[in-house]
Amino acid sequence: MRLAVLSDIHSNLEALRACVDHARGEGTQRYAFLGDLVGYGADPVACLDLIQGLVGEKGVAVLGNHDRAALTGWCDDMSFEARDAIYWTRRQLQERHYGFLRSLPLTARDGEIAFVHASANDPGKWTYVTDGTQAARCIGASRAPVTFVGHVHHQLLYYTQQVGRPRAFHPTAGVPIPISPRRRWLALVGSVGQPRDGNQAAAYAMLDSERNTITFFRVIYDYSEAVRKIIAAGIPERFAKRLETAS
Amino acid sequence: MREFPDPRPGEDIDGFRVVEKLHEGGMARLFRVTRPDLRDRAVMKVPKLDFGSHPGFYVGFEVEQMVLPMLAGEHVPRVYGRGDQAVRPYLVMEFVAGPSLADQARRAPLAPAEVARFGARVADALHDLHRQDVVHLDVKPANILFRESGEAVFIDFGLARHSRLPDLVEEEFHTPAGSGAYIAPEQLLGIRGDPRSDIFSLGVILYQLATGKLPFGSPTRRRGFRKRLYNDPVPPRALNPDVPPWLQEIILHCLETEPGRRYATAAQVAHDLTHPATVPLTERSSRLKRSGIGQRARRWYRSWRGKPGVPSHPSAQLATANHVLVALDPENMSEDLAEAMRQAVARLAATDADYRILCVTVLEPAAVGGEEGGEELGRSEFTRRLVEIRHWANPLDLPQEAVRFHVIEATDPAQTLVEFATRHHADQIVMGARASSTMRRFLGSVSARVVAEAPCSVTVVRAPR
Repeated sequence: MRLAVLSDIHSNLEALRACVDHARGEGTQRYAFLGDLVGYGADPVACLDLIQGLVGEKGVAVLGNHDRAALTGWCDDMSFEARDAIYWTRRQLQERHYGFLRSLPLTARDGEIAFVHASANDPGKWTYVTDGTQAARCIGASRAPVTFVGHVHHQLLYYTQQVGRPRAFHPTAGVPIPISPRRRWLALVGSVGQPRDGNQAAAYAMLDSERNTITFFRVIYDYSEAVRKIIAAGIPERFAKRLETAS
Repeated sequence: MREFPDPRPGEDIDGFRVVEKLHEGGMARLFRVTRPDLRDRAVMKVPKLDFGSHPGFYVGFEVEQMVLPMLAGEHVPRVYGRGDQAVRPYLVMEFVAGPSLADQARRAPLAPAEVARFGARVADALHDLHRQDVVHLDVKPANILFRESGEAVFIDFGLARHSRLPDLVEEEFHTPAGSGAYIAPEQLLGIRGDPRSDIFSLGVILYQLATGKLPFGSPTRRRGFRKRLYNDPVPPRALNPDVPPWLQEIILHCLETEPGRRYATAAQVAHDLTHPATVPLTERSSRLKRSGIGQRARRWYRSWRGKPGVPSHPSAQLATANHVLVALDPENMSEDLAEAMRQAVARLAATDADYRILCVTVLEPAAVGGEEGGEELGRSEFTRRLVEIRHWANPLDLPQEAVRFHVIEATDPAQTLVEFATRHHADQIVMGARASSTMRRFLGSVSARVVAEAPCSVTVVRAPR
């Protein structure tokens, strides 16, 4: 069974479609979304409709901080520009979208796999997993052999050792990494709709539960179209520029 | 740690039938197994997970099970199957009968030609591993087997580092990782990812084969290990006067304390071992004593300051040290073409830190002739060609270390060039196009065949009009 894990889509329809097409080509049978489905981008409606369809009965989706802001209108902890994007998003969404967002849990669990937007250690506080200490806390809280996490917008794989904090590994796109059952693994899957590591290509990860591997992918997409739509919609231009610089 | 039952003769494990126990090692047990569809003999490796066994044992198995299936080629055993680590961990791989290099090392000191022959095979195999982004980090005679066809095969990847996979080896459990006698100094500083560490271990092996002694003994404690961070070994020729200067040059070049001063790639070592006459001799070749106390003190001081830089991937390190084969045909080369080829080579050399240029010309035996006095004539023709290609390279002003010259006698230039490029791990071929179209029509284009058949990139240079 192949499971594609996508996070931080941020209403970027071009990036989302490119990743879903790529995942289909890789033989994906199930999808998991790690939150921040909306915010920043110009296509919240189309993205949520597509995601809701992919999640269907078998899929997984959890709530991100931007999704909660869009749902509640409460975004005091965000920058003014991010708030503008949220207010704009709220004007586009219809009741079925609010209903879908309302149904999303903060964490999800499927057998040996845990899904969460930010650190599983108090997930509603939206803590970034940025180092081995945070990774250890997140793994300790999720209590799962494999935990998929978003929120930080770059790809990284943490794994536990016999002593000391979990170690970080920078994956190479497209190389399947065997997941030893003797360790616990925390995969930061990167961002579909707003990569921030200098590489404009959309990021996602795939778990192959037969071969016991995780593969990180980067997918090129037409980001100039996403940029054009953001500017045309009147969303703060900074979020368009960011797609071009991937910063 | 959970225990798993040992395979028993006659037992069927996921389609493999266990025949007999072959070997009881320190960390694992080996069983001979068969499967109807396998033509080759196969061996099942089962980690020792007995109560109280060292946790590092399992990590070695975990690493090997992860790294080995990623590797291809004739220098690693083929993998036929692996067990679910949570249910029953095992790895089934091709059985390589040997002999191992350890068998040869017991006969040391060996004749220089034999040392070079074994060394070149190991270097060829190492280069193939490094190209696949793996550093073995436990290169020693017991881990090197030879196929019947002669190729070296590495076994035991329990300490290996694959730069595209997570590193599961923990320093805490492997202080210091690697086998005491063969480990490179930077491995003591926790550096796991520099292909030149394996080149150092190859130097230890060459030293051992040539002198019958180990350059740094077989220390078992950290203090003993650390000595190689500042001490250089007694030069081989001081122990065995039969070691020729070229061999000492190669050995001590591999055994430089700083990775940056060693050979940049195993391909360069293989080339020098295969062509001793082309090795430029430096002070290393004539040294009969270890370096003075001043130099050792400087290295000792340096050994306590931080870690040297490491390339991100072994393949990235190799990319700064390309082997460029320059095929020259002095007979049919206009001065314009010669200059255009020099410019092409100069551009490649400018982008590479540790490039090596192999200037090759193919001499057709027809020119040597079979008449009386033909051999002498042939000799002089050979020398004339060598002088010509050296003369071609002179204006490039390449460092002596970076260039080698070869005159090869053969009838089929294209095939010869392709074979030479393959055997010497060439990363790029630079050659000139035949000048006149009439000649191309009658003789066929050598460059077209080389382009079609070469194992690497080929640049065909034309003189400007």
